[in-house]
Amino acid sequence: MSSGASITAEPPVTGAPPGSKSGRWRSYAVSAAFLAPAALFLIVWIIYPAIYTFVQSLYRGTGFHDFAGIDNYKALFTTENLKTAIKNNAIWVAVVPAAVTALGLIFAVLTERIRWAVAFKTVVFMPMAVSAFAAGVTWRIMYQQEPDRGAINAAISSVHGVFSPSGVLSEAAPSTSELKVTPGGGLDLAKPLAPGGVAKLGLTRIRSDEVPPTAKQAVQPEPLQGGIDGVVWRDFKPGGGTPGKVEQEELGIPGVTVEIRDASGKTLGSTKTADDGTFKFPGLGKGEYQVDIGASTFAKPFGGVSWLGAKLITPSVIIAYIWIWAGFAMVVIAAGLAAIPRETLEAARTDGATEWQVFRRVTVPQLAPVLSVVFITLLINVLKVFDIVIAVAPQSVQDDANVIALAMWRTSFGGVSDFGLGSAIAVFLFILVIPILLLNIRRFRREV
Amino acid sequence: MTTAAAEVRQPAVVEESVAAKILRVLGKAPVNFVLIVIALLWLVPTLGLFLTSLFAPTDVNNLGWWEIFSKPSLATFENYQSIWQDQSIRSAFFTTVWIALGGTFLPIIIAALAGYAFAWLDFPGRDWLFVLVIALLVVPLQMALIPMFRLYGDLGIFDTKLSLILFHTAFGLPFAIFLLRNFFIGIPKELLEAARIDGASEIRIFLRLILPLGLPAIASLGIFQFLWTWNDLLVALSLARDTQPLTVAIFSQLRQFGNNLEVIAPASFLSLVVPLAVFFAFQRYFVQGLLAGSVK
Repeated sequence: MSSGASITAEPPVTGAPPGSKSGRWRSYAVSAAFLAPAALFLIVWIIYPAIYTFVQSLYRGTGFHDFAGIDNYKALFTTENLKTAIKNNAIWVAVVPAAVTALGLIFAVLTERIRWAVAFKTVVFMPMAVSAFAAGVTWRIMYQQEPDRGAINAAISSVHGVFSPSGVLSEAAPSTSELKVTPGGGLDLAKPLAPGGVAKLGLTRIRSDEVPPTAKQAVQPEPLQGGIDGVVWRDFKPGGGTPGKVEQEELGIPGVTVEIRDASGKTLGSTKTADDGTFKFPGLGKGEYQVDIGASTFAKPFGGVSWLGAKLITPSVIIAYIWIWAGFAMVVIAAGLAAIPRETLEAARTDGATEWQVFRRVTVPQLAPVLSVVFITLLINVLKVFDIVIAVAPQSVQDDANVIALAMWRTSFGGVSDFGLGSAIAVFLFILVIPILLLNIRRFRREV
Repeated sequence: MTTAAAEVRQPAVVEESVAAKILRVLGKAPVNFVLIVIALLWLVPTLGLFLTSLFAPTDVNNLGWWEIFSKPSLATFENYQSIWQDQSIRSAFFTTVWIALGGTFLPIIIAALAGYAFAWLDFPGRDWLFVLVIALLVVPLQMALIPMFRLYGDLGIFDTKLSLILFHTAFGLPFAIFLLRNFFIGIPKELLEAARIDGASEIRIFLRLILPLGLPAIASLGIFQFLWTWNDLLVALSLARDTQPLTVAIFSQLRQFGNNLEVIAPASFLSLVVPLAVFFAFQRYFVQGLLAGSVK
């Protein structure tokens, strides 16, 4: 390190005539008076506590009675949920600063040439003003699992519904042994039918709230000349009824997919049942046919991705965090972009560089200092991330979502109050930011 | 291509033809489209929170907020009325206001004094002390939670607004001193020299010259500090029990998340709308401050 003299600012002006000893002391006293309040705060609230915390980290529990040496630090790397916290924080550090810086760069470049850039920047920057905690609560509402409550799963569900619509029934069982469950999840009529045959596909164990409201009294159709017809119905009525017989008060089930296959097993066609449960396959040649209820009838509706579950919780919180910070990166990088001299870009273009080359070889290198400021800012904040994790992650998965700052709070204030271990976690966090501290000092010395 | 463009540029006045204009607008269409989608993605969560807060308690825990578009009649401000009548949320709101105001003005005054000394007064070890301030900039506040918890207990000021304000003041100072010193140093030397030759005292120079000239920096600092203290959760959660700001009040509701959105949603929106208003009112200063010192 070079000497401290290299960081002098403007030569200071003093009121007292140079050389006068009493005048100099008087001016020192004035300086001291200006600095005293700040010094008091910094000493009492930051410097003294930092030393205290360090010492406390060497003791067990609260106070300085039970010396532990480095046991608390050992616990930091051996306790299961603390190990998870460190591992998760490593994921945060690896993903977030890079992702946010990249996103900020993309946004800043894209907005450069549009008219409503100010409006766009305002919208994307807005989450920065809001507390990470409130933003976290906002995302927790978005992340709810039930697709009729959580917006993200609702969006996925509507896309999902287009490609694999959910069936009419979630479950049902055959009412007689004439129907067999297929490995694919459909129901197969045990005996093949010849044209003129009537397929009776009776179902039981249907949830009554799943019987479509349009369902009418089931009808057993007359045999069809040169074809097969049949009925899918709820083979059940109050009191039971006779299995396998279409009776009064038993409802047909509309909208069920019925398939027909030939003897070789090739699917010839499919149809949907009418409101009274009937269906028909006319115009069949001689031979034997297999009739079944397609598995799609029982396709389960989309139950929602478990964003707040143990597996996905860290990615979920990270997405919310990126949503908050992208605006910051964009604004800082946009300011850096605006400061790049236009001539350098023009010169490159005149020399025949493509837009991508200009971006890659001229813009990005000139932006490097700005990009590193954004990256480092994110790095510090990601190491200390707390509010958003505690807001998004339900109590039950906080062990899985754990990060260092959350572990520190939970160990010290959230239920257990193990101040020794809590202090060790705080010191660990401090050690992690020291390289950034040195970087800051270096940058400052270069600037002045 | 380039030669053609160069030829067209020859005449003194180039009128853009209608066709060129259409081409230009169309060429930007994909970018505009992508940006509109991104902007919507960024708006949706906040909008969702607001719409959720408008459902009556009977609906809020069962319906997705988008249902309000098809049934606008479900929207009501009932929840806001009830949380405002609810003593705990209302007092949390005012606690937040007090902490944020105290935690904004106190560090600004103290940092302005120190910033002036670092910029314009001469004393031994000045530069090393300033390096120390920069070093303190990154000390995580976790380092102070446990000692202050105990010290506040010993002093009998645990669980008071004052103790929270003082904590925020201390941890706001390094950044505030850094920002103000760097701004003050840019004030023309001649102004200070003239004032000193006229025999003005340092405190007079500070009040009459430095503070008015430093107003832009002080404004952006004030906004930062206000948002920082308003949005705090960790400090209040650790160093207070019944002195709850909004964030802590909402936090204590989170345990029953899913059954009490009629409280969580409007309270969250309330805690979010004040910083947003401040942000929109002082956007310019906010961004300036951000660019001046994105170090914290």
